[in-house]
Amino acid sequence: MSEVPPKIRIRGLVKSFGEKKVLDGIDLDIMPGTSLVVIGGSGTGKSVLVKCILNLLTPDAGTIEIDGEDVLKLPPRARRAVYAKVGMLFQNGALFDSLPVWENVAFGLLARHRVTRAEARAQAGEILAQVGLGPEVSRLFPAELSGGMQKRVALARAIAARPELLFFDEPTTGLDPILGAVIDGLIVDCVKRLGSTALAITHDMSSAQHIGDEAAMLHEGRIVWRGPGTSLLTSGNPVVDQFTHGRREGPIKMELCD
Amino acid sequence: MLCRTAGRIVLFAVSGLSHLIRPPFHLRMFVRALVEMAYFSLPVVALTAIFTGMVLALQSYTGFARFSAQGAVASVVVLSVTRELGPVLAGLMVAGRVGAAMAAEIGTMRVTDQIDALATLSTDPMKYLVAPRLLGGVIALPLLVVVADILGVLGGFVVSTTSLGFNPAAYLHSTFSFLETIDVVSGLVKAAVFGFLIALMGCYNGYMTRGGAEGVGAATTAAVVSASILILAFDYVLTGLFFSQ
Repeated sequence: MSEVPPKIRIRGLVKSFGEKKVLDGIDLDIMPGTSLVVIGGSGTGKSVLVKCILNLLTPDAGTIEIDGEDVLKLPPRARRAVYAKVGMLFQNGALFDSLPVWENVAFGLLARHRVTRAEARAQAGEILAQVGLGPEVSRLFPAELSGGMQKRVALARAIAARPELLFFDEPTTGLDPILGAVIDGLIVDCVKRLGSTALAITHDMSSAQHIGDEAAMLHEGRIVWRGPGTSLLTSGNPVVDQFTHGRREGPIKMELCD
Repeated sequence: MLCRTAGRIVLFAVSGLSHLIRPPFHLRMFVRALVEMAYFSLPVVALTAIFTGMVLALQSYTGFARFSAQGAVASVVVLSVTRELGPVLAGLMVAGRVGAAMAAEIGTMRVTDQIDALATLSTDPMKYLVAPRLLGGVIALPLLVVVADILGVLGGFVVSTTSLGFNPAAYLHSTFSFLETIDVVSGLVKAAVFGFLIALMGCYNGYMTRGGAEGVGAATTAAVVSASILILAFDYVLTGLFFSQ
């Protein structure tokens, strides 16, 4: 019986900033078509982990394989081909201020698929409709949108090129609970519809349970727990329990200044 | 520290230039950079040039009057403007206007993850943001300096003929009889170098921005100050190359 290889396989990932070791030997597999949520406190290296996978930061040690290819060792052209399969929703949206909404959404299509601007604009309209935004939004600029609309546009941009791999960095940060639930729902719908493999990082417990088939806890630079997303609140792991229930006392020590 | 920074800037410049010869080319970004640098800088460069020409005529007239050399006003104005004041003042004005704007725009893109977003959308930020601006700077500044040269000479002409009693035809004859091709060409070469330096420092400081709004502010200041100093330093070097005996 042939075993399905993971879509992403990470081994011994280490990343330091000066004296501070943020990632200290991360081992992580994400299977094709599944979604994993990585939780952890602020400053524990969740975003660093995603940026290392996306080649936005260079790790100090370790391997990152996507579809069996060690992306850190690939020549630039082959690496670009691997990352053409990726979509990313940034924490603050990271929409391009100088471009209207439709061009933000179609940016990847224009860069990767060599479509005409008219075709890209038409496709952008369809994708915006999938995230609940009407055609009147397409010609607005990001600064003219509310926070929730910006998140939807950012999600539309992330899924526009039908990526095989989707990354979400704090997708519901700064949104009210209802809007957060709407964004979570859209993310789940998009991931299912595209059949993508997804990695989300968050410290929003509600979001983590909605989005993730599986969840993992990042603490002191390592993955200290991994289990089904539905068992986050009943993991039995003291680190996860303290974090998910927001307890002051426990194995996680916060460094507070006087 | 200074050597390390200089090395980083040189590597950044080489990387930016290397993208100018490798496809894909972002023509829209180049046109945008050219319009921003050339067209929207026209008013400030034009006003600077015309007033500089006027002041130059006035100052040289009153100065030369001390040894009865007022007849040299036209040649002094045209040589000063084409060789020196046109490119340097246009460069300093554009550094303040466009260099600052470049650093602020790219710096804001850096601190709001827009540059990382470009990378995740299969777009090299150096190719998309930096290379078109470098090329735009090299082309925009000489165009502006042509305008500055004409308006600077015109400013001197207007003051000389209306206030200082020069005959218009004699003034123009004096202007063009002393002007040589090298005077204009050296100014345009300087302008191209200055345009490159302005774009380079704007892009570099913006690209290397760290922190939030404070970082963007610091990058903007650094872009203008470093570009201004480099313009003056390279002006000396280029003048030496063109005119030293």
